[in-house]
Amino acid sequence: MRPFAFVSPRTLDEAVQAMAGAGGNARALAGGSDLVDQMRVGRRTPNLVVDIKNIPDMQRLEYIPGEGLYIGAGVSCTRTGEYAPVAEHYPSIKEVCGLIGSTQIQNRASIAGNVCNSAPSGDTIPPLLTYDAKCIVVGPNGRREVPIGEFFAGPGQNVMAADELLLELVVPPPPANSSGRYLRFIPREEMDIAVAGAASMIAVDPASKRCTRARIALASVAPTPVRALDAEAALEGQVLTADVVKAASDLTPNATSPISDVRGSVEYRKELCKVLTQRTLEHCLADLGM
Amino acid sequence: MEQTIRKAPLQCRVNGQQVEMLVKPWQTLLEVLRDELRLTGTKEGCSNGNCGACTVIIDGQAVDSCLTLGLEADGHEVTTIEGLANGAELHPVQQAFMENGALQCGFCTPGFIMSTKAFLDKHPKPTETELRTGIAGNLCRCTGYDKIIKAIMSITEK
Ligand SMILES: Cc1cc2nc3c(=O)[nH]c(=O)nc-3n(C[C@H](O)[C@H](O)[C@H](O)COP(=O)(O)OP(=O)(O)OC[C@H]3O[C@@H](n4cnc5c(N)ncnc54)[C@H](O)[C@@H]3O)c2cc1C
Ligand code: FES
Ligand code: FES
Repeated sequence: MRPFAFVSPRTLDEAVQAMAGAGGNARALAGGSDLVDQMRVGRRTPNLVVDIKNIPDMQRLEYIPGEGLYIGAGVSCTRTGEYAPVAEHYPSIKEVCGLIGSTQIQNRASIAGNVCNSAPSGDTIPPLLTYDAKCIVVGPNGRREVPIGEFFAGPGQNVMAADELLLELVVPPPPANSSGRYLRFIPREEMDIAVAGAASMIAVDPASKRCTRARIALASVAPTPVRALDAEAALEGQVLTADVVKAASDLTPNATSPISDVRGSVEYRKELCKVLTQRTLEHCLADLGM
Repeated sequence: MEQTIRKAPLQCRVNGQQVEMLVKPWQTLLEVLRDELRLTGTKEGCSNGNCGACTVIIDGQAVDSCLTLGLEADGHEVTTIEGLANGAELHPVQQAFMENGALQCGFCTPGFIMSTKAFLDKHPKPTETELRTGIAGNLCRCTGYDKIIKAIMSITEK
């Protein structure tokens, strides 16, 4: 690996200063499951690596009713997935924590690292999109909040400046009587990059049975993970019969601009969006006893 | 760069012993273990997190040491395959692999044993499906996995 200096700050201020002092040449290190390999193959060549795992503010994992879920940037997928409120309120977030790589990877990798790596295939991103998560970004000029839907700029690109850090993700409380699910298609059973992934989140009014909120987000079918707005609109306000679910799912390709590659063709990816979305919606409805 | 960046101090426990040394910040934990501490039981397969041959346990959790920098172990407890046996007495997972012939070339075996130990410490009575998922981060080119699964299930049935 190309040589670099390493610091492991104990406070957020120290971390912000370390990033600011590196002239845009520092990289934050969370679980390292993307970064260490990227440095090994020379895709990233920082002069300074800033380990963020020893900063208490970035180890926060807390659900506050009425406020939502705080996931610090240093919190591993294993810890997030095992935190009971995550399973209770955000089932799709729990699902993706158990999907990223292997046990070894999940023990290190963070959701924030997946977000900052900003791959179109990042499995944690569609569920975060469906729950309207916010990214809390800190840097030399202070703190700002970026809705997750405005965070990504292209494959591997996001709106953070080189000296900014993601402090935490804040996921608002889910609407009442809702569920969220994620499914991806991978050629192998474990440890592979998604050909396509779909997350759904729906809330249903128990009295009228009408859908009060619908969110659908897709991975690996556009330069960034995307919301399927047409499909969402086809669900909201409706009673979610099988026909309505199918018709909405069939609209998901409208939101995509996939590429053909070794994992799948454009047509195949579009078809996967429909099928995966329909299944996640059916799973959500089953969760809601419908 | 190599000349201008100094080695940094690393203090951690490895297999129960306190270790204090200087390492290069860009050395992975795998390199520190193998090249500096001469603990060559931990293997390098893919060096990118796919094969699990480099699995060690940090604070009770299985991790790929090829994706971990040596300095990230500072202040932590690292266990490698060399630290499992109690003197001449093999760890039950080691014993089970031996008795069940759960290896051929043996290259993947230290990683499998470390993953299995961490997994069983957390899930002492797994179903076979849970076990297969739990150790899916370890690849074996020789055995076809069945003997490995059989060996591990034999411990959980005891
Ligand atoms: C074998 C294997 C299997 C994998 N499987 C999957 C999979 O199934 N699905 C999937 O989506 N991904 C997968 N990945 C990719 C990777 O594990 C995930 O993207 C993971 O979530 C990255 O998190 P991390 O904490 O390890 O990030 P790191 O590698 O530490 O960081 C990732 C990037 O984000 C930056 N960064 C990290 N934290 C911050 C911060 N707080 N502020 C600013 N920048 C930051 C880093 O500088 C780096 O550029 C896999 C990787 C491997 C090696
Ligand atoms: S050598 Fe580390 S996972 Fe293969
Ligand atoms: S025994 Fe040869 S790789 Fe597993």
